[in-house]
Amino acid sequence: MTYRNPPTTPRKSATFDDYTLSEIRRAAATGIYDIRGAGAKRKLPHFDDLLFLGASISRYPLEGYRERCDTSVVLGSRHARKPIELKIPITIAGMSFGSLSGPAKEALGRGATLSGTSTTTGDGGMTEEERGHSKTLVYQYLPSRYGMNPRDLRRADAIEVVVGQGAKPGGGGMLLGQKISDRVAEMRTLPKGIDQRSASRHPDWTGPDDLEIKILELREITDWEKPIYVKVGGARPYYDTALAVKAGADVVVVDGMQGGTAATQEVFIENVGQPTLACIRPAVQALQDLGMHRKVQLIVSGGIRNGADVAKALALGVDAVSIGTAALVALGDNDPRWEAEYNALGTTAGAYDDWHEGRDPAGITTQDPELMKRVDPIAAGRRLANYLKVMTLEAQTIARACGKNRLHNLEPEDLVALSIEAAAMAGVPLAGTNWIPGKNGF
Amino acid sequence: MPATPISKAEREQGHATVFDLSQHSLRELNQALHKLTPGSNETAWEVLNPKGSHSVAVGVDQPVSIDVRGSVGYYCAGMNDGAAITVHGSAGPGVGENMMSGSIVIKGDASQYAGATGRGGLLVIEGNASSRCGISMKGIDIVVHGNIGHMSAFMAQSGNLVVLGDAGDALGDSIYEARLFVRGKVESLGADCIAKEMRPEHIELLQGLLDKAGVTGVKASEFKRYGSARKLYNFNIDNADAY
Repeated sequence: MTYRNPPTTPRKSATFDDYTLSEIRRAAATGIYDIRGAGAKRKLPHFDDLLFLGASISRYPLEGYRERCDTSVVLGSRHARKPIELKIPITIAGMSFGSLSGPAKEALGRGATLSGTSTTTGDGGMTEEERGHSKTLVYQYLPSRYGMNPRDLRRADAIEVVVGQGAKPGGGGMLLGQKISDRVAEMRTLPKGIDQRSASRHPDWTGPDDLEIKILELREITDWEKPIYVKVGGARPYYDTALAVKAGADVVVVDGMQGGTAATQEVFIENVGQPTLACIRPAVQALQDLGMHRKVQLIVSGGIRNGADVAKALALGVDAVSIGTAALVALGDNDPRWEAEYNALGTTAGAYDDWHEGRDPAGITTQDPELMKRVDPIAAGRRLANYLKVMTLEAQTIARACGKNRLHNLEPEDLVALSIEAAAMAGVPLAGTNWIPGKNGF
Repeated sequence: MPATPISKAEREQGHATVFDLSQHSLRELNQALHKLTPGSNETAWEVLNPKGSHSVAVGVDQPVSIDVRGSVGYYCAGMNDGAAITVHGSAGPGVGENMMSGSIVIKGDASQYAGATGRGGLLVIEGNASSRCGISMKGIDIVVHGNIGHMSAFMAQSGNLVVLGDAGDALGDSIYEARLFVRGKVESLGADCIAKEMRPEHIELLQGLLDKAGVTGVKASEFKRYGSARKLYNFNIDNADAY
């Protein structure tokens, strides 16, 4: 009998993991970077790393289902003659017609309206489906200015000047040729079928001083009626928030790196910008330092999934949150019912992110007339409304447990963190300690 | 350029509604203009003492005439939809941005981004225009009597830019389907912008634009035409060096 040395178990590199190897092979074969939709997929410090303390001897709770817990919020009260009043502090983020199908945009409008909240246009102008089915519609003012016109500006309930978005702070839009249908091409004044790369900077202003003048123009055109939001990607949240306030914004929207996009480079999504959790406290601090907290409202987006995330964001000082990816999932995106078709595209339900290719089996991120028939705007709108209702009930449950009769009365004092990173980012104590990293010299 | 207000007698005869920005606010001016309806009698307006104000006569959507006596700041006549607006002075950045229809005439010079993203109508600059003239234009016609600065017609999608003088660096960078006509020298062309043949239909189009803009003594045949090579319309890795 011969003795064989015991073999070692084959060991894969943590640095060169399977995904990394596949990406190197893909790049070598195609000569082009990987483009995809959605936001950062890597693991990041997030709301899961925070916990509420709940009630105790010193904090008494409110009765669930019986005692009132207000969820409403007013946005745009600083300068606008007609601020927006929402029943819930959860809004639908900007997603373009072009990137999304007409029925999907309609469903977002229907769901938001049933829930008493707002939805938002995107980098493709305002569609009739969307305006008609959205009681409260925020009209985005983007660098591309596709479809921009004064009539739609006046038909909007608020205007959002988009400086950046969390998935790609500093990047412009991208809509590849296969999604440029006749209708999309007409709305964007571009030939059909060409790759449409919208600009990353506004064509007629740069910097905070110009922005102030641009906001003045938008207010003058709309007779100072509409709230004006300024949306920034999670890059420098303290300074961006302060500069937006200085420029005259009624509402500041900060979008963290988990916030989705229709399409951009994978390397951009995963390596530029800050996590949502890291953006909130600096933005709130900027408002507090300027004496504008609660006067200029703060909306935060990027990875909001449930009522706990909503409650945690509000406790950290935001006025409302915004959802995009989660809203698409409620409509039917990445549903396992289309698994065979996802497999045929080389992916699986839950991982599908080639939204730019326009072949979405769920019929949401496509302009294919047959695929988009799979979205029933009424049923999908109802699902979105159900989901928003659940999120709101969940947030109320937590707020009542913390003794709050209003969601906005949640405060950082109600929170602890499970990790040092989250404690430092959120500015709340590490669980079981009174240590807030970075505070008091420690 | 000195202001030349209409005479007191003309004013009393109701020839124009006079609005003095040294007496009333910008907001009052724009709101008065927005209240106009198709049947309004106030079809001629005169704005005095703009003194570099921003956002003068923005968002007007009726076919009235507005004479601004003096120079203006940013975004004068922004999103104009049907009015005939004349600035008897120079204009700051973004004059006529996103114009839908109507006309704007600048008697002096214009700063950066003149006619940015404009969708229709005619913008005439009788002096020079600075950089990024016609940036992202989407159907507007722009006629500049003098020169234009660098990066003009960047990502220009549609419409016509006519320059009687010279153009600066990187003209028409990443241009789509807009047409550029330059009579003088072009410092350099941007990515995917090339000189193109002036065919009879272009001569005819250009002559029409020159006539509309009140240009005399200049022939369409003196211009060169520039437009998109359409090589960057769909991404190809072998073109990456062009960006």
